Amino acid sequence: MKARVTVTLKSGILDPQGKAIEGALRSLGVRGVASVRQGKVFDIEIEATDRAGAEAALKNAAEKLLANTVIENYRVEVT
Amino acid sequence: MKSAVLVFPGINRERDMARALRLMSAREPKMVWHADTALPAETDLVVIPGGFSYGDYLRCGAIAARAPVMDAVRAFAQQGGLVLGVCNGFQILCEAGLLPGALMRNAQLRFICRDVFLRVERSDTPFTRGYNAGQVIRVPVAHGEGNYIADGETIARLEGEGRVIFRYSSPDGMIDPNWNHNGAMNAIAGILNERGNVLGLMPHPENHVEASMGCTDGRGLFAGLVEHLQAAA
Repeated sequence: MKARVTVTLKSGILDPQGKAIEGALRSLGVRGVASVRQGKVFDIEIEATDRAGAEAALKNAAEKLLANTVIENYRVEVT
Repeated sequence: MKSAVLVFPGINRERDMARALRLMSAREPKMVWHADTALPAETDLVVIPGGFSYGDYLRCGAIAARAPVMDAVRAFAQQGGLVLGVCNGFQILCEAGLLPGALMRNAQLRFICRDVFLRVERSDTPFTRGYNAGQVIRVPVAHGEGNYIADGETIARLEGEGRVIFRYSSPDGMIDPNWNHNGAMNAIAGILNERGNVLGLMPHPENHVEASMGCTDGRGLFAGLVEHLQAAA
Protein backbone atom coordinates (compact mmCIF):
# COMPACT_ATOMS: atom_id res chain seq x y z
CA MET A 1 0.00 0.00 0.00
CA LYS A 2 1.15 3.51 -0.68
CA ALA A 3 0.81 6.07 2.01
CA ARG A 4 1.76 9.62 2.81
CA VAL A 5 2.60 11.11 6.18
CA THR A 6 2.56 14.91 6.29
CA VAL A 7 4.30 16.66 9.16
CA THR A 8 3.61 20.34 9.82
CA LEU A 9 4.59 22.77 12.53
CA LYS A 10 1.94 23.40 15.15
CA SER A 11 0.26 26.77 14.91
CA GLY A 12 1.96 29.31 17.11
CA ILE A 13 5.41 27.77 16.57
CA LEU A 14 7.62 30.31 14.85
CA ASP A 15 8.86 29.02 11.49
CA PRO A 16 11.91 31.05 10.41
CA GLN A 17 12.35 28.95 7.26
CA GLY A 18 8.76 29.54 6.17
CA LYS A 19 9.25 33.27 6.83
CA ALA A 20 12.37 33.32 4.64
CA ILE A 21 10.54 31.53 1.82
CA GLU A 22 7.64 33.94 2.19
CA GLY A 23 10.04 36.87 1.83
CA ALA A 24 11.73 35.26 -1.20
CA LEU A 25 8.37 34.72 -2.94
CA ARG A 26 7.48 38.37 -2.37
CA SER A 27 10.80 39.54 -3.74
CA LEU A 28 10.22 37.33 -6.82
CA GLY A 29 7.01 39.23 -7.39
CA VAL A 30 4.68 36.33 -6.64
CA ARG A 31 1.49 38.10 -5.73
CA GLY A 32 -0.99 37.31 -3.01
CA VAL A 33 1.22 35.18 -0.74
CA ALA A 34 -0.08 35.93 2.73
CA SER A 35 2.09 33.45 4.62
CA VAL A 36 4.20 30.30 4.19
CA ARG A 37 4.73 27.45 6.66
CA GLN A 38 7.25 24.77 5.77
CA GLY A 39 6.61 21.09 6.51
CA LYS A 40 7.72 17.61 5.51
CA VAL A 41 6.16 14.87 3.38
CA PHE A 42 7.05 11.18 3.70
CA ASP A 43 5.89 8.86 0.92
CA ILE A 44 5.91 5.38 2.35
CA GLU A 45 5.21 1.98 0.86
CA ILE A 46 3.81 -0.23 3.56
CA GLU A 47 2.95 -3.91 3.66
CA ALA A 48 -0.37 -4.39 5.35
CA THR A 49 -3.45 -6.53 4.81
CA ASP A 50 -5.92 -3.75 5.42
CA ARG A 51 -6.18 -0.02 5.57
CA ALA A 52 -6.73 0.18 9.30
CA GLY A 53 -3.58 -1.85 9.95
CA ALA A 54 -1.54 0.39 7.65
CA GLU A 55 -2.90 3.52 9.33
CA ALA A 56 -2.11 2.18 12.77
CA ALA A 57 1.47 1.31 11.75
CA LEU A 58 2.02 4.75 10.22
CA LYS A 59 0.54 6.53 13.21
CA ASN A 60 3.01 4.60 15.34
CA ALA A 61 5.84 5.60 12.98
CA ALA A 62 4.81 9.25 13.17
CA GLU A 63 4.56 9.24 16.98
CA LYS A 64 7.84 7.40 17.42
CA LEU A 65 10.03 9.15 14.89
CA LEU A 66 8.61 11.10 11.95
CA ALA A 67 7.11 13.92 14.00
CA ASN A 68 8.29 15.65 17.15
CA THR A 69 4.90 16.11 18.75
CA VAL A 70 6.27 18.87 21.00
CA ILE A 71 6.34 21.16 17.97
CA GLU A 72 4.71 19.27 15.08
CA ASN A 73 1.39 17.79 13.98
CA TYR A 74 1.10 14.93 11.53
CA ARG A 75 -1.49 13.51 9.16
CA VAL A 76 -1.59 9.97 7.76
CA GLU A 77 -3.17 9.19 4.37
CA VAL A 78 -3.32 5.68 2.91
CA THR A 79 -4.15 5.66 -0.80
CA MET B 1 34.73 11.08 38.02
CA LYS B 2 34.09 8.08 35.79
CA SER B 3 32.62 9.57 32.68
CA ALA B 4 31.22 7.95 29.57
CA VAL B 5 31.05 9.87 26.29
CA LEU B 6 28.47 8.66 23.79
CA VAL B 7 29.54 8.38 20.16
CA PHE B 8 27.03 8.47 17.32
CA PRO B 9 27.82 8.52 13.60
CA GLY B 10 28.25 12.17 12.64
CA ILE B 11 29.23 13.39 16.10
CA ASN B 12 32.43 15.45 15.87
CA ARG B 13 33.04 16.99 19.29
CA GLU B 14 33.59 13.78 21.23
CA ARG B 15 37.37 14.17 21.31
CA ASP B 16 37.16 17.77 22.52
CA MET B 17 34.84 16.56 25.26
CA ALA B 18 37.08 13.61 26.16
CA ARG B 19 40.08 15.94 26.33
CA ALA B 20 38.29 18.33 28.70
CA LEU B 21 37.08 15.46 30.90
CA ARG B 22 40.57 13.95 31.04
CA LEU B 23 42.10 17.32 31.90
CA MET B 24 39.60 18.18 34.62
CA SER B 25 39.06 14.77 36.21
CA ALA B 26 42.50 13.20 35.62
CA ARG B 27 40.72 10.09 34.38
CA GLU B 28 40.29 8.73 30.90
CA PRO B 29 36.62 8.84 29.89
CA LYS B 30 35.12 5.75 28.28
CA MET B 31 33.85 6.17 24.74
CA VAL B 32 30.52 4.38 24.28
CA TRP B 33 29.22 3.42 20.84
CA HIS B 34 25.60 4.18 19.99
CA ALA B 35 24.74 0.53 19.32
CA ASP B 36 25.85 -0.57 22.82
CA THR B 37 23.02 -1.49 25.15
CA ALA B 38 24.80 -0.87 28.44
CA LEU B 39 26.99 1.84 29.98
CA PRO B 40 30.38 0.92 31.48
CA ALA B 41 30.07 -0.28 35.09
CA GLU B 42 30.43 2.47 37.72
CA THR B 43 29.78 5.29 35.25
CA ASP B 44 28.85 8.38 37.22
CA LEU B 45 28.54 10.91 34.39
CA VAL B 46 27.19 10.37 30.87
CA VAL B 47 28.09 13.04 28.33
CA ILE B 48 26.42 13.43 24.95
CA PRO B 49 28.77 15.61 22.90
CA GLY B 50 28.15 17.96 20.00
CA GLY B 51 28.24 17.38 16.27
CA PHE B 52 25.83 16.36 13.60
CA SER B 53 24.57 12.90 14.53
CA TYR B 54 23.14 11.16 11.45
CA GLY B 55 23.82 14.30 9.43
CA ASP B 56 20.98 16.12 11.22
CA TYR B 57 18.63 14.12 8.98
CA LEU B 58 14.92 14.34 9.80
CA ARG B 59 15.48 16.70 12.77
CA CYS B 60 18.64 17.46 14.73
CA GLY B 61 19.16 14.63 17.21
CA ALA B 62 15.99 12.76 16.21
CA ILE B 63 17.62 9.54 15.07
CA ALA B 64 20.33 9.45 17.74
CA ALA B 65 17.64 9.88 20.41
CA ARG B 66 16.22 6.49 19.36
CA ALA B 67 19.57 4.62 19.29
CA PRO B 68 19.96 1.49 21.45
CA VAL B 69 22.32 3.17 23.96
CA MET B 70 19.67 5.74 24.82
CA ASP B 71 17.60 3.15 26.71
CA ALA B 72 20.60 2.65 28.99
CA VAL B 73 20.96 6.44 29.37
CA ARG B 74 17.27 6.75 30.23
CA ALA B 75 17.58 4.06 32.91
CA PHE B 76 20.77 5.71 34.24
CA ALA B 77 18.99 9.08 34.51
CA GLN B 78 15.99 7.47 36.21
CA GLN B 79 18.34 6.17 38.88
CA GLY B 80 19.62 9.72 39.43
CA GLY B 81 22.80 9.45 37.34
CA LEU B 82 24.21 12.71 35.96
CA VAL B 83 23.74 13.32 32.25
CA LEU B 84 25.23 16.29 30.35
CA GLY B 85 24.26 17.08 26.75
CA VAL B 86 26.11 19.78 24.81
CA CYS B 87 24.86 21.24 21.51
CA ASN B 88 23.73 18.23 19.47
CA GLY B 89 23.70 16.43 22.83
CA PHE B 90 21.11 18.94 24.09
CA GLN B 91 19.04 18.38 20.95
CA ILE B 92 19.28 14.60 21.46
CA LEU B 93 18.13 14.90 25.10
CA CYS B 94 15.09 16.94 24.01
CA GLU B 95 14.26 14.49 21.21
CA ALA B 96 14.62 11.60 23.68
CA GLY B 97 12.13 13.26 26.03
CA LEU B 98 14.71 13.53 28.82
CA LEU B 99 14.40 17.32 28.65
CA PRO B 100 11.31 19.32 27.67
CA GLY B 101 10.96 21.54 24.59
CA ALA B 102 12.79 21.56 21.28
CA LEU B 103 15.59 23.38 19.46
CA MET B 104 14.49 25.12 16.30
CA ARG B 105 16.37 26.80 13.45
CA ASN B 106 18.17 29.96 14.64
CA ALA B 107 15.91 32.99 14.27
CA GLN B 108 18.30 34.57 11.74
CA LEU B 109 18.55 31.24 9.85
CA ARG B 110 22.35 31.31 9.99
CA PHE B 111 24.77 28.84 11.46
CA ILE B 112 26.53 30.82 14.18
CA CYS B 113 30.04 29.98 15.31
CA ARG B 114 31.52 32.43 17.82
CA ASP B 115 31.91 33.20 21.49
CA VAL B 116 28.82 34.19 23.45
CA PHE B 117 28.25 35.28 27.04
CA LEU B 118 26.20 33.20 29.43
CA ARG B 119 24.75 34.21 32.74
CA VAL B 120 24.89 31.32 35.20
CA GLU B 121 21.55 31.45 36.98
CA ARG B 122 22.25 29.05 39.86
CA SER B 123 25.31 27.70 41.60
CA ASP B 124 23.51 25.05 43.67
CA THR B 125 23.38 22.32 41.03
CA PRO B 126 25.91 19.51 40.42
CA PHE B 127 26.73 21.15 37.09
CA THR B 128 27.22 24.75 38.25
CA ARG B 129 28.72 24.57 41.74
CA GLY B 130 32.00 25.71 40.18
CA TYR B 131 30.40 29.09 39.42
CA ASN B 132 28.65 31.82 41.38
CA ALA B 133 24.99 32.59 40.68
CA GLY B 134 24.84 35.61 38.38
CA GLN B 135 28.39 35.05 37.11
CA VAL B 136 28.90 35.69 33.39
CA ILE B 137 31.08 33.28 31.43
CA ARG B 138 32.33 33.36 27.85
CA VAL B 139 31.98 30.15 25.84
CA PRO B 140 31.76 29.35 22.13
CA VAL B 141 28.65 28.31 20.24
CA ALA B 142 28.54 26.52 16.88
CA HIS B 143 25.02 25.69 15.81
CA GLY B 144 22.29 26.34 13.28
CA GLU B 145 19.46 24.99 15.43
CA GLY B 146 19.79 26.37 18.93
CA ASN B 147 16.62 28.39 19.20
CA TYR B 148 14.98 26.91 22.30
CA ILE B 149 11.22 26.68 22.23
CA ALA B 150 8.56 25.15 24.46
CA ASP B 151 4.88 25.80 25.14
CA GLY B 152 3.91 28.52 27.59
CA GLU B 153 3.12 26.10 30.37
CA THR B 154 6.51 24.37 30.07
CA ILE B 155 8.36 27.71 30.03
CA ALA B 156 6.44 28.82 33.11
CA ARG B 157 7.36 25.60 34.90
CA LEU B 158 11.03 25.83 33.92
CA GLU B 159 11.19 29.40 35.17
CA GLY B 160 9.10 28.74 38.28
CA GLU B 161 11.20 25.75 39.31
CA GLY B 162 14.51 27.51 38.60
CA ARG B 163 15.46 25.06 35.88
CA VAL B 164 16.85 27.63 33.46
CA ILE B 165 20.54 27.31 34.34
CA PHE B 166 22.28 29.30 31.58
CA ARG B 167 20.97 32.33 29.72
CA TYR B 168 22.47 34.26 26.82
CA SER B 169 23.42 37.68 28.14
CA SER B 170 25.56 40.74 27.56
CA PRO B 171 29.11 40.70 28.98
CA ASP B 172 27.77 42.35 32.12
CA GLY B 173 24.90 39.91 32.58
CA MET B 174 22.00 41.86 31.08
CA ILE B 175 19.37 39.86 29.21
CA ASP B 176 18.91 41.66 25.92
CA PRO B 177 17.64 40.49 22.49
CA ASN B 178 20.85 41.85 20.95
CA TRP B 179 22.86 39.27 22.91
CA ASN B 180 20.47 36.39 22.24
CA HIS B 181 22.10 35.28 19.00
CA ASN B 182 19.67 32.46 18.13
CA GLY B 183 16.37 33.91 19.34
CA ALA B 184 15.80 31.34 22.10
CA MET B 185 12.72 31.90 24.27
CA ASN B 186 13.65 33.77 27.46
CA ALA B 187 17.27 33.68 26.19
CA ILE B 188 17.47 30.07 27.36
CA ALA B 189 20.87 28.49 26.71
CA GLY B 190 20.67 25.55 29.11
CA ILE B 191 18.05 23.75 31.21
CA LEU B 192 17.80 21.08 33.87
CA ASN B 193 15.28 18.25 34.06
CA GLU B 194 12.77 18.13 36.91
CA ARG B 195 14.98 15.98 39.11
CA GLY B 196 18.03 18.16 38.51
CA ASN B 197 20.37 15.44 37.20
CA VAL B 198 20.11 16.01 33.44
CA LEU B 199 21.50 19.23 31.93
CA GLY B 200 21.38 20.28 28.29
CA LEU B 201 23.05 23.40 26.91
CA MET B 202 23.84 24.68 23.43
CA PRO B 203 27.26 26.34 24.04
CA HIS B 204 30.50 24.37 24.33
CA PRO B 205 32.16 24.75 27.75
CA GLU B 206 34.59 21.96 26.79
CA ASN B 207 36.18 24.32 24.27
CA HIS B 208 37.19 26.87 26.92
CA VAL B 209 39.19 24.85 29.43
CA GLU B 210 42.84 25.46 28.53
CA ALA B 211 44.89 28.67 28.38
CA SER B 212 45.82 27.87 24.78
CA MET B 213 42.11 28.10 23.88
CA GLY B 214 42.19 31.77 24.88
CA CYS B 215 39.73 31.38 27.74
CA THR B 216 39.12 28.96 30.61
CA ASP B 217 35.58 29.94 31.59
CA GLY B 218 34.31 26.43 30.78
CA ARG B 219 36.41 24.82 33.50
CA GLY B 220 33.92 25.65 36.23
CA LEU B 221 31.35 23.22 34.87
CA PHE B 222 33.75 20.28 34.89
CA ALA B 223 35.42 21.29 38.15
CA GLY B 224 31.98 21.51 39.75
CA LEU B 225 31.04 18.05 38.53
CA VAL B 226 34.30 16.56 39.84
CA GLU B 227 33.72 18.24 43.21
CA HIS B 228 30.11 17.10 43.36
CA LEU B 229 30.97 13.48 42.61
CA GLN B 230 33.84 13.49 45.10
CA ALA B 231 31.52 14.84 47.78
CA ALA B 232 28.90 12.23 46.91
CA ALA B 233 31.39 9.35 47.02
